[in-house]
Amino acid sequence: MANETDQTIDSLDPRISRAHLSGGNHNDVDGLIHFQTYEVFHQSKRGAQHKHVGIVHAPNADMALLYAKEQYARREQTANIWVAPSSCISATEYADDDIFTTAPEKLYRNPASYKVMDRIQAFKERGMKSTDEI
Amino acid sequence: MNSIEALKELLYKMADDQLIIGHRNSEWNGLGPILEEDIAFSSMAQDKMGQSEHLYNLLNQLGEADADTVAFTRNAPQFHCSHLVELPIGGYDFSLIRHFLFDFAEYMRFEAIKTSAYQPLAQVAKKFFGEIKYHTMHANTWVHQLGNGNEESNTKMQDSLNYAWNYALGMFEPGPAEDILIAENIFMGEEALKAQWLEAITPLLEKSNLTIPEKATWAPIYGGRVGKHTEHLQPLLKEMTEVYTIDPSADW
Repeated sequence: MANETDQTIDSLDPRISRAHLSGGNHNDVDGLIHFQTYEVFHQSKRGAQHKHVGIVHAPNADMALLYAKEQYARREQTANIWVAPSSCISATEYADDDIFTTAPEKLYRNPASYKVMDRIQAFKERGMKSTDEI
Repeated sequence: MNSIEALKELLYKMADDQLIIGHRNSEWNGLGPILEEDIAFSSMAQDKMGQSEHLYNLLNQLGEADADTVAFTRNAPQFHCSHLVELPIGGYDFSLIRHFLFDFAEYMRFEAIKTSAYQPLAQVAKKFFGEIKYHTMHANTWVHQLGNGNEESNTKMQDSLNYAWNYALGMFEPGPAEDILIAENIFMGEEALKAQWLEAITPLLEKSNLTIPEKATWAPIYGGRVGKHTEHLQPLLKEMTEVYTIDPSADW
């Protein structure tokens, strides 16, 4: 690969050689305006929840939808796609992630704390036997 | 020319257009303006080649050689593609304009053959209609974006449109048996297709702040459908068939 800006890349790939690409530095990219990112949400079938699958870079929502289709819906069943500017997402601070820790003595909040399976089982058995009594 | 020969002529020009523009657009693979666009454009190029394979398979059922043989062993004079699809990729402005002009024509063509009296063709049209619809959405979104971008982007798109226009009109070169295709309800014919295409793209180009060249200057570039091609096709075929030529039995 060439290092001087006035040289072009000489490649085994004829397309690369034809493109006369500069092998020089691309520091000037820093001075350009960059596309924003859009968060992509994918729905596999109608009625299902849209699930977050990743991001695309795009200048606007229309282009973001075009790219979301190719990046995230090309190889799986898809009913619908949403995109939303990443800047519209509000998020908690990782520094505050201690808010998500649950005190250990609150086990009663977990469904496992409710001993109801024996009662459900008993109800089911009674129901099966009593269908002709209703 | 009987109706089978007329049908073959239609299938060959459709398949060859798709194969060649598919190969041309695949040349952007790895060189696209941004990663997402690179993936989208390459993916659509693959779609085109896949569509051409299905049409070559229809030709195979009508007695022509198998898809690989047909795609990889013919020389330029045996191809039926339009000059538009042979042209080098140029800049991204030209490739996008070509994509727009070609894909809207293909969209209208596939819309028409969904109701073709030749059932196998109608089925292929139904199967790939969604892909082609996305291709037109992609093309129109880009053309709209750059046509309405800034002065530089608008000028580049307008220049490419002016350059591509007569080549695009060449897509509708009348075949030798239009009357048979129309009479047997196989296809509505190139003239009707061109009218629908113009009706579809005119308002879209207006919204993109781009102007169709003056009608007095229209001069369709024909010849592709009868095997007369630009100097660009044979080198493309040489590159496209390089692996096949080294080992025709190679599997990948």
